[in-house]
Amino acid sequence: MSTSSPAQTAVEGKTEVKTYRQAISDALWEEMERDERVFIMGEEVGVWGGTYAVTRGFYDHFGEKRVRDTPIAEMAIVGTAVGAAMNGLRPVAEIMTINFAFLALDAIVNAAAKARYMFGGQFTVPMVIRTTTGGGRQLGATHSHAPEPIFAHFPGLYVVCPSTPYDAKGLLKAAIRDDNPVMFVEHSTLYQTRGEVPVEEYLVPIGKSDVKREGSDVTIVSYSKMTVVALEAAAQLEKEGISAEVIDLRSLRPLDTEPVIASIKKTNRCVVVEENWALYGVGAEITARIQDEAFDWMDAPVKRVSQEDVPLPYSRELEQSALPNAEKVIKAVKLVL
Amino acid sequence: MAQSNSKGPDKETMRNWYRQMVLIRRFEEKCAELYSAGDIGGFLHLYIGQEAIVVAAQSVLREDDNIITAYRDHGVALARGLSTKGVMAEMLGKSTGVSKGKGGSMHLADKEKRFWGGWAIVGGHLPLAAGIALADQYNGDDRVTMALMGDGATNIGYFHEALNMAAVWKLPVVWVIENNQYGMGTAVTRASAVADIAKKAEAYGMPCCMQVDGMDLLELREMFTEAVEYVRSGEGSFMLEAITYRYRGHSMGDPERYREAHEVETRKADDPITRWGKYLTDKKIATKKDLEAIEKSAEEEVEEAVEFAQNSPLPDPEELYTDVYV
Ligand SMILES: Cc1ncc(C[n+]2csc(CCOP(=O)(O)OP(=O)(O)O)c2C)c(N)n1
Ligand SMILES: [Mg+2]
Repeated sequence: MSTSSPAQTAVEGKTEVKTYRQAISDALWEEMERDERVFIMGEEVGVWGGTYAVTRGFYDHFGEKRVRDTPIAEMAIVGTAVGAAMNGLRPVAEIMTINFAFLALDAIVNAAAKARYMFGGQFTVPMVIRTTTGGGRQLGATHSHAPEPIFAHFPGLYVVCPSTPYDAKGLLKAAIRDDNPVMFVEHSTLYQTRGEVPVEEYLVPIGKSDVKREGSDVTIVSYSKMTVVALEAAAQLEKEGISAEVIDLRSLRPLDTEPVIASIKKTNRCVVVEENWALYGVGAEITARIQDEAFDWMDAPVKRVSQEDVPLPYSRELEQSALPNAEKVIKAVKLVL
Repeated sequence: MAQSNSKGPDKETMRNWYRQMVLIRRFEEKCAELYSAGDIGGFLHLYIGQEAIVVAAQSVLREDDNIITAYRDHGVALARGLSTKGVMAEMLGKSTGVSKGKGGSMHLADKEKRFWGGWAIVGGHLPLAAGIALADQYNGDDRVTMALMGDGATNIGYFHEALNMAAVWKLPVVWVIENNQYGMGTAVTRASAVADIAKKAEAYGMPCCMQVDGMDLLELREMFTEAVEYVRSGEGSFMLEAITYRYRGHSMGDPERYREAHEVETRKADDPITRWGKYLTDKKIATKKDLEAIEKSAEEEVEEAVEFAQNSPLPDPEELYTDVYV
């Protein structure tokens, strides 16, 4: 499978245009058809059809045994999925939004991520926690987090954050087949975005960053929605004669910085774009890796573009002013050039 | 905030309850319009159909008692006497809003009025209610804390942990379950092991009123009075379950695949406002004309609030950075 093919992931064979939502839905559907052990559980996944309409039609097709509406009980949703996974099933547990994953943090961190190591490798936890992240929708401080790095802190757990329909489908299928617990983080503002998706079955391996756009003057590193923002910035920079390479991390754990380092050896400059707060964030981690592996190649300090260091407010303009955008990325790029 | 006495409430007070319910309903109908027009963003959870509960609850509370709720909070805010203008301005994200435009529909509050907020994480406010009550108990104040929640919230860990602790420490809380039949699209019977939700109080040795008719202002008042008296006497917590129904979707844009249109229509036929209006006219406490005048004045209040909100300034850009820390 193509893993780091340049420019929006060149796809071989016959393709069709799908939304991010449909691509994710297709991945789930295909994996449930393929493997009886795969089932879905979560709030409003069944009768409602998923609050982001990802599982629409699943309840009628697969039935309530495999598409399970749960009470509002995040701790128990994840904990139950861990137990079921340890005992041979392959649950896809949905946490309606990542903000509610804080209620399940103990089950994620102390059960899902530790069950294997702590008992000397006896147990496997082949489960996926599907959830959706991100701000910018006026949902207020508690409902607008993009806290993926928190989850990526813990060994034993994978954290996957796709930015395109192609990646979303291939990565979700890979996540469901993986024998490790995977937190699969969708972005709530990307569901309507479209992209080419192969008609034939394919997987995208977890833990491979992807060059989404080639360039020679500066390397922009990002993931999830921020990849879209970075590409927007890169398109505008091109008009000004600045060539930006955009790298999509695709997963925060495993974190694959090889393409980043390779890119920096070419551009000698780097900007990291992240939706979360900068403090202890992805930008900090990427910068540290660059220090270790490409210090001598750098011609300017790494710049980070991130959310302002405040909880997100409700009021529209105020909220927008707190979030990273293409303009802020362009400004940062100009600072390192 | 009329305290009921042995003679019962006067006519003026009873007409005012009608006005409060109508005000909440008109306010929210307006919000739905403003949402469709794009003036209100984010999530908008309407309380339409449930108005009698908060108006009855408020009618038996003292001005210095506490109240706290979840994100379906416009009714609590208005019944509690927050300014209609300030609440509407919050809906529009304006600097004159009760939370300076930073909270929005789900996060209304007024510290002066001891309305401790609408909280958007299901169950998250329940231990806060216990803590607010703890502070009063600690200081020897005889205040009551009223904590409202949905049926769905009784299935989350927060609920069970908070109730157990409140029972162990005899904290002065009235736990009010607004059973509107659904948590989003999940019917109570599909999510709760017991359909009589107040039975959960038994697990914590807590007295309760089960299945109170949430469409009946008088029945609600009677039960709330009992609950508040019990709690104020220092005996500990009390639970009350009101059976109600939300006419609108869970929030705006709910496809409502989980219920039939006729179910909603049937329930709407038993409307708490219509019922109370009928009581008032039957008992000659108000004429039809009086009720119309009340409705008109509530509508005007909402219109004025909209005008105020629309003419209010947006928060200053620097406001983004204030209030993160003291
Ligand atoms: C911990 C948590 N999980 C999920 C949600 C999403 N959510 C918001 S409201 C709601 C349903 C709550 O139902 P109920 O308690 O009955 O209150 P109602 O909305 O009916 O007033 C859900 C699942 C949330 N806000 N918080
Ligand atoms: Mg409910």
